[in-house]
Amino acid sequence: MTDITRTDVLIVGAGPVGLFAVFELGLFDMKCHLIDILDRPGGQCAELYPEKPIYDIPGWPSISAQGLVDKLLEQIAPFKPDFTFNRMVSSLEKLEDGSFRVITDENEVFEAKVVVIAAGGGSFQPKRPPIPGIELYEGKSVFYSVRRMEEFRGHDLIIVGGGDSALDWTLNLQPVAKSVTLVHRRPEFRAAPDSVNKMYAMQEMKELEFKIGQVSGLSGADGQLSSATIKSPDGDIEVPCTRMLPFFGLTMKLGPIAEWGLNLHENMIPVDTEKFQTSIPGIFAVGDINWYPGKLKLILSGFHEVALMAQAAKRIISPGERIVFQYTTSSTSLQKKLGVVG
Amino acid sequence: MTKLTFIAHDGTHFDVDAENGSTVMENAIRNAVPGIEAECGGACACATCHVYVDEAWTAEVGEPEAMEEDMLDFAYDVQPNSRLSCQIKVRDALDGLVVRVPARQG
Repeated sequence: MTDITRTDVLIVGAGPVGLFAVFELGLFDMKCHLIDILDRPGGQCAELYPEKPIYDIPGWPSISAQGLVDKLLEQIAPFKPDFTFNRMVSSLEKLEDGSFRVITDENEVFEAKVVVIAAGGGSFQPKRPPIPGIELYEGKSVFYSVRRMEEFRGHDLIIVGGGDSALDWTLNLQPVAKSVTLVHRRPEFRAAPDSVNKMYAMQEMKELEFKIGQVSGLSGADGQLSSATIKSPDGDIEVPCTRMLPFFGLTMKLGPIAEWGLNLHENMIPVDTEKFQTSIPGIFAVGDINWYPGKLKLILSGFHEVALMAQAAKRIISPGERIVFQYTTSSTSLQKKLGVVG
Repeated sequence: MTKLTFIAHDGTHFDVDAENGSTVMENAIRNAVPGIEAECGGACACATCHVYVDEAWTAEVGEPEAMEEDMLDFAYDVQPNSRLSCQIKVRDALDGLVVRVPARQG
């Protein structure tokens, strides 16, 4: 049996609301473990708009999204949360003792008495380019990431996109693949200039092809690609290929959480506004992923939600224990937990 | 008020009154124009508010900036008149602007 990671509270999603949940739960001595599909904390703030200012965080007339994430990490540091990145939660099972077993897409096993879903708009997943019929080839000859370079050996490969992923894999797979064609809709790239220069140099040496255009159709049979149609400024071109790697950025999907047996409301999770508990007792939902009458998708609202949720979580984890309401400003016991007094 | 017309993919016209300084995307969302998703809420971070600017208006609307061009890489069937509607600010000179909504947003 795989190792089981046990914690008081398992938080799904390490965006701003998931991070602040660590603080509110920590004040009541609950230990948290966060799982996120991204490779770092911050969720949408870190992935979509790190440089953009946010103007409605109380006390901060303006703070960049990444700045807010950095401050939250500093604020929760005393509670020493554990993080597991690059993982998506896949299954959830209720155990006999009332706790939950959660398994990730890489088969890690977590057990927690309370699960908090702070998954925002869902998990970030590669965007499927809008090419008709592409789903027939996915996982067989069209891939959205490179797990093993060997899978591309000896293949005629098309890489689509103009960012770092597209350029890096163009350069890295060129020696492995039989041929590489990079397709991008314009001659300017978002990728690092150095990679772009290398790509142009290799094109000059006829080691790879670069075509300006957009992939508009695929041909093949039984999931195996044989060619792609590229809509270029000079008309349609047919390029033979047996593998394709599209890099079209990320989108958000609710993913396997939809299969957990929770009631859903248009891909959001209904909760009550006292505890922010879902239809399954012990599972809470906070931040953009939850829904209740009057819900506003604001970071601000998520912060409020986690404070109330923490009270309810404490009652599950320490049943019968009296919960004393205290202020961080005046409570020496809270200040000890925060490490600000000895 | 500045008049804007959205033409949905099925040909339906949506004529809306827009406030100067608001974005074309905000007006699409406020008026429930189908086919404008605006997943990121206007941060120029998702390319799901892609529109085609009517040919008669492309000069007045202008060209996308570098960041918007980068984001347009993620949109479907990008044309020379493609713009992200969250990056077009409504102003007097755009009174009567017509934009078309593409078949799909990525």
